Amino acid sequence: MKNKVIYLDNNATTQVDSQVVEAMLPFFTEKYGNASSMHSFGGNIGKDIRNARSQVASLLGARPDEIYFVSCGTEGDNSAIFSSVLTQPEKRHVITSAVEHSAVVATMNELKRRGYDVTVLGVDERGQISLDELRNAIREDTALISMMWANNETGTIFPIEEISAIAEEHGIQFHTDAVQAVGKMPINLKELKGIDYLVCSGHKLHAPKGIGVLYVRKGVRYKPYIIGGHQEYGKRAGTENTPYIIAMGVAAQLAQENLEKEQTEVAALRDMLEKELIARIPDSRINGDTVHRLPNTTNISFKNVEGEAILLLLDGHGICASSGSACTSGSLESSHVLRAMGVPFEYAHGSIRFSLSRYTTKEDIEKVIEVMPGIISRLREISPFKK
Amino acid sequence: MWEYTDKVKEYFVNPRNIGALQDANAIGEVGSLSCGDALKLYLKIEDGVIVDASFETFGCASAIASSSALTEMIKGMKVEDAEKVTNQDIATFLGGLPKEKLHCSVMGAEALEAAIRNYKGLPPIEHEEEGKIICYCFNVSEETIRKAIEVNNLQTLEDVIQATKAGGGCKGCHDSIIDILDDMNGNGRVDQRNAVQTMQKIMMAMYKGFIQSLPRQDAVEILSVEGNIVRVNIHLPKEKKADALRELEALLQKEVDSNIVVKEVLL
Repeated sequence: MKNKVIYLDNNATTQVDSQVVEAMLPFFTEKYGNASSMHSFGGNIGKDIRNARSQVASLLGARPDEIYFVSCGTEGDNSAIFSSVLTQPEKRHVITSAVEHSAVVATMNELKRRGYDVTVLGVDERGQISLDELRNAIREDTALISMMWANNETGTIFPIEEISAIAEEHGIQFHTDAVQAVGKMPINLKELKGIDYLVCSGHKLHAPKGIGVLYVRKGVRYKPYIIGGHQEYGKRAGTENTPYIIAMGVAAQLAQENLEKEQTEVAALRDMLEKELIARIPDSRINGDTVHRLPNTTNISFKNVEGEAILLLLDGHGICASSGSACTSGSLESSHVLRAMGVPFEYAHGSIRFSLSRYTTKEDIEKVIEVMPGIISRLREISPFKK
Repeated sequence: MWEYTDKVKEYFVNPRNIGALQDANAIGEVGSLSCGDALKLYLKIEDGVIVDASFETFGCASAIASSSALTEMIKGMKVEDAEKVTNQDIATFLGGLPKEKLHCSVMGAEALEAAIRNYKGLPPIEHEEEGKIICYCFNVSEETIRKAIEVNNLQTLEDVIQATKAGGGCKGCHDSIIDILDDMNGNGRVDQRNAVQTMQKIMMAMYKGFIQSLPRQDAVEILSVEGNIVRVNIHLPKEKKADALRELEALLQKEVDSNIVVKEVLL
């Protein structure tokens, strides 16, 4: 008997909303023209793309001409960081945090190889940076500060308002990987003038994979990462991926409509899951900042058991989650985020992330609460470390 | 997601022989919490035969499956035969393991070895006698690495990391692991990591009389050292070139590496 899938891995990717699918389909079959064409069949597509741009701008509190469609979050992060340093050639220093997504980590490593100084700020046990450390790290030649809005593994939200204000005050550009934040919490870029670049991704907010958004504040000099045609105001060449751009627009609109629900209903289910698991399973703990945190995410560690084993047993019940354990990552060390937070290794190996969405039901959560204690006690029974 | 065989899944979901064995007379413990996996193997041995075996494992699915498979494999086995069980045997029993998970089977083989030593009254393998620790992140000894290379025919640094975990943390021991690989699988390869060092050895060898025997000191220029090929430029009359080349090659083969080939580059 095949179990119903209980999908609690929404920070990895999400189900595409049926309204999104419906909106994008005509752009494969009927409205397949190229927006750059002279004929009206293609040219009219431009209006639909403009509409999608406005929908995204509205979600972010930005101007439509500050929104550029890219292929994914990673492209957006790469583009933003390279643009920032390449347009400020006299500056050779950048600041980032120890818990960034690999799209940023790898780009920073590439900058190091190219001779840049990269300051990586550590985090405390909640996964938060220190603003004083940030201020102290700033140099005359600091080109860019790059900090994620919310952490994909723990949901910890960085104080972006303060960080961007510090950057602005020092005349330093600020980039934020907001892939996990957009759609889960209110964002108003009109009020955050210190943010020069922001990146989000379609498939984290119920649009398909293969579409992302790069926000570049009006007036910021930009050097394109992908060159060719004049598309996206010359900032990102390549024929517009119309169906996915339309999808991104609709998904952004739906995200805006559901923001309240994310903050209340989704958060309530997350809290219920977390509270019950911690209460029912001894030696379990929450990783991350429980105050400044995404409403959909909880990262819980179970002492002396290993994450991959937990995930596979959950999988047996049709429950999808993820883990920061070494064994799941293909590397031999637990996640860089948990290590940066100083999570003790007897807990780090047994970390499980549940990430909910507006599709998550109370029944889903009850099922997890029902099976999880048995899974943990079973693995602890096998383990040689019994406290 | 890892691609586990049905047998791995079966031994993970329904592991055999879980828990401490009350009347065990041999116990082998390997791994640690910090490493991310650990195995405690219990054996009951009577008249040189393993009559019962059980395990306790902290680790991922393949670690649990490998441990359980091991206990099934060795039950009823003579101790002398059990001593010959390798990690490859465990992997084979399970229908194979993803190469990233080979270290789970290595842990099984190590626990078995430790348990048998315990039975024989031998002290636990101390790293002093086992050879020095190479990887401090995961506490892996040179002996463990050498054994894994031999049993599994490992070829690359990546292979060693996946089989033993050595080198999977801070990466500080990568050079040492490559040295061990070079030592064991030499196959005529010259150490390529340190061309400068090789160059120094070549220069020292050349100054033991060879250079002095030439009509002028700069008659032989070393242009590059790549692998076992040393490229030179020779400023000598045609009839003397061949002799000089042969002489230099013999010298370097004797003093630096027996696989060196000297080639003349015509500029």
